[in-house]
Amino acid sequence: MSARRLKAAGLWVATFLLMLVMCLPGLWVVLSAFRPNREILAKPPIWVPQRLTLDNFGKIFGFGAEQVAIPVGSYFLNSLVIAMTSTVIALAVGIAGGYAFARFRFRGKNAVFLGLMLFRAVPGIALSLPIFMLWSWIGLINTRPGLIIVYVSLNVPFTVWLIDGFFRQIPASLSEAALVDGCTRWQAFWRIEFPLARSGIAAAGVFAFLTSWNEFALASQLTRSTASKTLPVGLMDFTAQFTIDWAGMCAMAVIIIVPALILTFLVQRHLISGLTFGGVKG
Amino acid sequence: MAAITLSGVVKSYGRVTAVHGIDLEIAHNEFVVLVGPSGCGKSTTLRMIAGLEEISGGEIRIGGRLVNDLPPRKRNISMVFQNYALYPHMTVRENLGFGLKIAGQPPAVVAERVAEAAAILGLAELLDRVPGELSGGQRQRVAMGRAIVRHPDAFLFDEPLSNLDAKLRGQMRAEIKKLHQKVETTVVYVTHDQVEAMTLADRIVVMRDGRIEQTGTPIEVFSHPVNTFVAGFIGSPPMNMLPARVSGGALRLADGTGIALPERLAGRAPEGAEVILGIRPDDLSPVGHGLIEAGQGAEVEMTVEIAEPLGMESLILSRLGGQEVQAKLYGPRFVAPGERLTFRIALDRAHLFDAATGRALEAG
Ligand SMILES: Nc1ncnc2c1ncn2[C@@H]1O[C@H](COP(=O)(O)OP(=O)(O)OP(=O)(O)O)[C@@H](O)[C@H]1O
Ligand SMILES: [Mg+2]
Repeated sequence: MSARRLKAAGLWVATFLLMLVMCLPGLWVVLSAFRPNREILAKPPIWVPQRLTLDNFGKIFGFGAEQVAIPVGSYFLNSLVIAMTSTVIALAVGIAGGYAFARFRFRGKNAVFLGLMLFRAVPGIALSLPIFMLWSWIGLINTRPGLIIVYVSLNVPFTVWLIDGFFRQIPASLSEAALVDGCTRWQAFWRIEFPLARSGIAAAGVFAFLTSWNEFALASQLTRSTASKTLPVGLMDFTAQFTIDWAGMCAMAVIIIVPALILTFLVQRHLISGLTFGGVKG
Repeated sequence: MAAITLSGVVKSYGRVTAVHGIDLEIAHNEFVVLVGPSGCGKSTTLRMIAGLEEISGGEIRIGGRLVNDLPPRKRNISMVFQNYALYPHMTVRENLGFGLKIAGQPPAVVAERVAEAAAILGLAELLDRVPGELSGGQRQRVAMGRAIVRHPDAFLFDEPLSNLDAKLRGQMRAEIKKLHQKVETTVVYVTHDQVEAMTLADRIVVMRDGRIEQTGTPIEVFSHPVNTFVAGFIGSPPMNMLPARVSGGALRLADGTGIALPERLAGRAPEGAEVILGIRPDDLSPVGHGLIEAGQGAEVEMTVEIAEPLGMESLILSRLGGQEVQAKLYGPRFVAPGERLTFRIALDRAHLFDAATGRALEAG
């Protein structure tokens, strides 16, 4: 075997091990979602599932014989409303801000941009106490808007930064050509620049959605009931004082993962379709 | 279909003034070329006419209408950009029809005008491609097609050919000229290439540092440059500029070589004046190998340093008055470096400039 082949084989093994390490916990979670709790906790461990079942899902959604008193439906709705709303707002701000940074010159532009990026560097959890106090004064604790505002501010620096980069790649002469062709600035934006930056906007949207959808630390501080609790926080409901319902927890984790996967899958076409800027001389 | 008038047009970017008060009248259906070195304010001027750049001072009128504060879409002009600026996400057909669609034209009219423009520019087979699938020359044509479909009052071109190779540039130059003959419209064309300017223009506007140096037909600008800048910029290879002093009714070059004063300019160059003698390479040729050998001439001996045969003519590098000069030999004759030849200066086409100001000492 030549040295090159050996190297290739080594790389494959390394890749396989890496993927195994990365995927195994996920795989375990997904498998466990379909196994009875008994089997999950068995000692010695049962590696290969003996029997797959949908009981765990039935249980947490309140169907079937065994039921747990966890309002997964409300959590799911909260998560969806909060993640969607904060994503839409963060995208709107990101598009407007990204466009402004990419196209206009204004006083203090660099300072504002730097400030935005620095803000992103602060770990969200460090702000949890101040936010908690502030929100409790103005009555936003345990409300959906309370979390939405937090997530918007968490996501905006990122969406602005990412979308700015995409607008920067679009030559200014394209929108100028549109202006000369009879467009207002607004039309030039929506018909020319927006479609061209679409993949960047989609990417920013996915990241913003996933950040909000998966966020736990702040949500666990700021929510306490079905009025606003999100899925990741709801996951903790499965830990009772002395027992942990692993099966239910895993089933719920799958419920959290699946929409994220579906969303990523839906927009991946936009994410990977690199734009061909054939309209201008490259 | 409109005249364009610029009066006292100024453009400042903060402390930098890019255009210093330009006055220019462009007649209806005229092809005007703005030419000048990089950074002289050509693009800025064009963009102010288009409305893409705000005007810091002065007035611009299109078809008699003051357009200073009108956005581009209300000026009824179209523009061809240096990078073509085709919309990458639209087909050629959509690119061409975009302006009409925005203007709310019914689809039938859009289709008809697109077909018309495509026929004029030979784009019919390309209509369903996107710009990424076109060659440079084809993109260029689509950009021009997009400009003509709207039947605008004026076309603005900003260095439209500078991204093409030399051969294609020659072709497209001819196409632009044809287009102008077919589609009667006022054209303002920006380039830094004086050959393009000479070949395309009804009138050339030579700019430098945000000011107009000279305006005139290509022949006027070529034959009667108002100063050394225009003289050096227009014409290729560039005019030879030899410092000289008027002494004893003749010109004395730096190394003492004497050359008769051009008769045409005799009254303009007083005794003792410091001048610059301008001779185009075409007017400095070995005796018997000149372009036109009638009229007043002067003969000088020069040694050939480098000869570049081009077939029917050769470019000769030599020295005169202690300075490198370029000369031209017409006819297929081989010249060897080191050869000593008698050259004839066509004095009736020579130019004299004031050494201090660079201004032409023109007769009349
Ligand atoms: N946005 C700007 N801010 C400051 N100065 C500018 C700006 N745009 C142009 N200028 C300056 O204005 C002057 C004229 O620029 P312009 O683009 O009109 O030159 P040009 O004649 O078109 O040159 P080129 O042949 O290189 O295209 C230049 O000195 C340039 O540096
Ligand atoms: Mg320019």
